[in-house]
Amino acid sequence: MTSLPKQTDRKLGLVIDLDTCVGCHACVISCKGWNTENYGAALSDTDPYGAEPSGTFLNRVHSYEVQPASGAAQLVHFPKSCLHCDNAPCVTVCPTGASYKRVEDGIVLVNESDCIGCGLCAWACPYGARELDALEGVMKKCTLCVDRIYNENLPEEDREPACVRTCPAGARHFGDFADPDSNVSRLNRDRGGIDLMPEQGTKPVNKYLPPRRKDQTAEIDVLAPFLEPVAEDAKGFMAWLDKTLEKF
Amino acid sequence: MHPAPSVIIFTTLSGLGFGLLTFLGLGMPGVTGWTAFAFFTIAYLLAVGGLAASTFHLGHPERAFKAFTQWRTSWLSREAWASAGALLVMAIYGFLLVFHDTRLAPLGWLGAALSLLTVFTTSMIYTQLRTVPRWNTPITPVKFLALSIAGGALLSGEVSIAIVAIAAAGLVVVASWIVGDTRFAEAGSDLSTATGLGRFGTVRAFEPPHTGTNYLLREFVYVVGRKHSAKLRLIALLLMVALPVIALALPFNHIFAAVAVLSHLVGVFVARWLFFAEAEHVVGLYYGKR
Repeated sequence: MTSLPKQTDRKLGLVIDLDTCVGCHACVISCKGWNTENYGAALSDTDPYGAEPSGTFLNRVHSYEVQPASGAAQLVHFPKSCLHCDNAPCVTVCPTGASYKRVEDGIVLVNESDCIGCGLCAWACPYGARELDALEGVMKKCTLCVDRIYNENLPEEDREPACVRTCPAGARHFGDFADPDSNVSRLNRDRGGIDLMPEQGTKPVNKYLPPRRKDQTAEIDVLAPFLEPVAEDAKGFMAWLDKTLEKF
Repeated sequence: MHPAPSVIIFTTLSGLGFGLLTFLGLGMPGVTGWTAFAFFTIAYLLAVGGLAASTFHLGHPERAFKAFTQWRTSWLSREAWASAGALLVMAIYGFLLVFHDTRLAPLGWLGAALSLLTVFTTSMIYTQLRTVPRWNTPITPVKFLALSIAGGALLSGEVSIAIVAIAAAGLVVVASWIVGDTRFAEAGSDLSTATGLGRFGTVRAFEPPHTGTNYLLREFVYVVGRKHSAKLRLIALLLMVALPVIALALPFNHIFAAVAVLSHLVGVFVARWLFFAEAEHVVGLYYGKR
């Protein structure tokens, strides 16, 4: 049913720490690996070794440059996957009921055998979290590794999403936002977690922890003022070249 | 947004077809017998042909019947119901007109209402999307309905109504362009809100997630047609409004009528192409594109 539940028993989701992410794309690869080999249709690639490779991914890492009013610019690596929104617009637009949000844990899923591949849910998502698979013709999205987190065949430490399990920097955290004392709730509170595009009214569950301020140092080294100054005026051939070129 | 030919053909043709069905349902023109058969054939070819074209963009057309299930929340599902209802009611109404020379007026009114409802549900599929601010405004359904009524009046041969309806639709289309041009800025999404990083400084997309393209860029980021949008808008207005109105205002002649219909159809195609090509999805922001 594509009506959204009024409330979910648990709110499973991710906290992504933009201060810690090093942009290695390991989460992208582990996500693709797990979700190609397990639940649902494989994430296909078209022309993988050709001139124009393209493929379905449920998680992609962007990089942004943030230029503050003063000081050096900061580079922020920005992994983006489904935010499992409380007010998920992708669910209500689905004509077949293939898209749904689970009452028990809030995970947004696609029942692939009901999906007609109309693409409307991807149109409704502001985050680009849904991709229509080019070969299977069905909509693919992050499942929060629903086939890992409850999987009793896996060792307990592996019962978390593949992206979280693999992150070498510890920039991704998985937990229940409905529990105020969970790891993700505490991180979100302590570090002032951000909602992406709050103006879209989607009420995303996943939160992003903003990068910490860089240290501000007035000088590179205390001895710097005593170093020989860098010559500003050219001499010899360079001076002649400079003067000659100035004339034109 | 990527202007997919199947969706442009679908919305244009079925809009015209349901417009014609609306007028036939209202008894304009009050035809019976084989003349009615000809009118209904044209209307059904346009409406059903458009619906068939729309299934070409589905990944799994064989499951299309499942789209009837979610009418409580989904405008696409409601469109399926409204179109099936309109086509069914108008088929009974048309059958009685063609083979029994009988006009059941209330049935025609119901069919007309369902036909307009179908066009309205189609428009709401686009209007509901907050992710595409240009569409997310009340003028979108007004535009779809105005164009459908104008096309229906033209095809049904109601000349005096058609001249007024086409001119009115032209005004609505122009208004939708004016409203739409500022909608993205008004909606308030930019790279700063998309990343939440605006509080630290000016955000710039530094590196995309991959060197190639992907589904999102193919589907939502389309910039080719935009640089010619002013010229295409003019072409759309000339073909959709100016030429048909002139052709209709001249003394009646079948060639002028054919020119009016063809010109209007091509004009609506151009306008509908622009409707998609000019629409910007907020996901483009993440890629530093619009």
